[in-house]
Amino acid sequence: MSFINLKDKVVQVKIVYYGPGRCGKTTNLEYINRKFREQIQSEMVSLKTHGDRTLFFDFLPFHMGQIKGYDIKIQLYTVPGQVKYNATRKLVLKGVDGIVFVADAMEKQREKNIRSLNQLHENLQAYKESIFKIPLVMQYNKVDLKDHGIPVLPISVLQQDLNSRLQVPYFEASAITGYNVAATLKKIISSTVVSIQKKLL
Amino acid sequence: MNYGIVSQEQLEAIEEILSQKLIKLGVDCAIIIDMAGNIITVKDNAKSKYDIYSFAALAAGNFATVDAMAKLVGETEFSLLFHKGQDSNIHFSKIDDELLLITMFGRDISLGFLRLNVVEAIEQIQKVWDRQE
Repeated sequence: MSFINLKDKVVQVKIVYYGPGRCGKTTNLEYINRKFREQIQSEMVSLKTHGDRTLFFDFLPFHMGQIKGYDIKIQLYTVPGQVKYNATRKLVLKGVDGIVFVADAMEKQREKNIRSLNQLHENLQAYKESIFKIPLVMQYNKVDLKDHGIPVLPISVLQQDLNSRLQVPYFEASAITGYNVAATLKKIISSTVVSIQKKLL
Repeated sequence: MNYGIVSQEQLEAIEEILSQKLIKLGVDCAIIIDMAGNIITVKDNAKSKYDIYSFAALAAGNFATVDAMAKLVGETEFSLLFHKGQDSNIHFSKIDDELLLITMFGRDISLGFLRLNVVEAIEQIQKVWDRQE
């Protein structure tokens, strides 16, 4: 549920990066935090365990400028990826407007991607949202690993596994080098803002 | 999907309640957020500078966590929370299922007095908010 303040003319939009553990959700946000520093007024908030795994969420507020006189404030969240933290993942998804599903392109993570996407579907249902309706972008992360000799799934396989029914926009990416991180972000922001506009008109 | 849209008139009424009931009392900052972490409105004493957007995200997460804990021990909810510090304190109180009132205050206000005022403020805010439906 995006929140629209008619008095101050501010629209707050919540975008969540979702995906299996160690797929690179936090790395996406860290890259955005470095790259778009001048558009971000505050520090990134990270609730981590000692082992640097996300415990609750990362949060990055992001200022996007104006549309029709309204200030758009994008709030980026990640969820904890580890299987045992589903209760927390569900909490973070409350009121979500748009989702980036970050999939791990490493061959050995194939199963985990599918399981995580299925769980996203269930978690959204708990809020009476549908994975088929909510703005969603796929990001196939870690494609740079193939240059280091690590087996990576071909995009056609990832598409078949994760996006054959959803048919949403997708990007190959490398969160660590920043390849297509901004492209993914732009895509999800534009689909989300369009969807909010449609609902309001 | 429901979109929270509040009219200018309602927001002004709510801000007036926050000013009258809380800021006048000496509270540093009063924030209303929704459970998704969006800020509905903020009133402060113009002295304190908090990063309210991050604060709202964390507060919503905090409240949601406590809510989940309540269910684990068989309570339907813990409707208020209080964090005590050396110099500043934070008080969280539920307005309804969607809204949360957060008050930050220093050492010079007693918790009991604050709570009385928070309860009154919440009753008044509920009346303004319900006009939405």
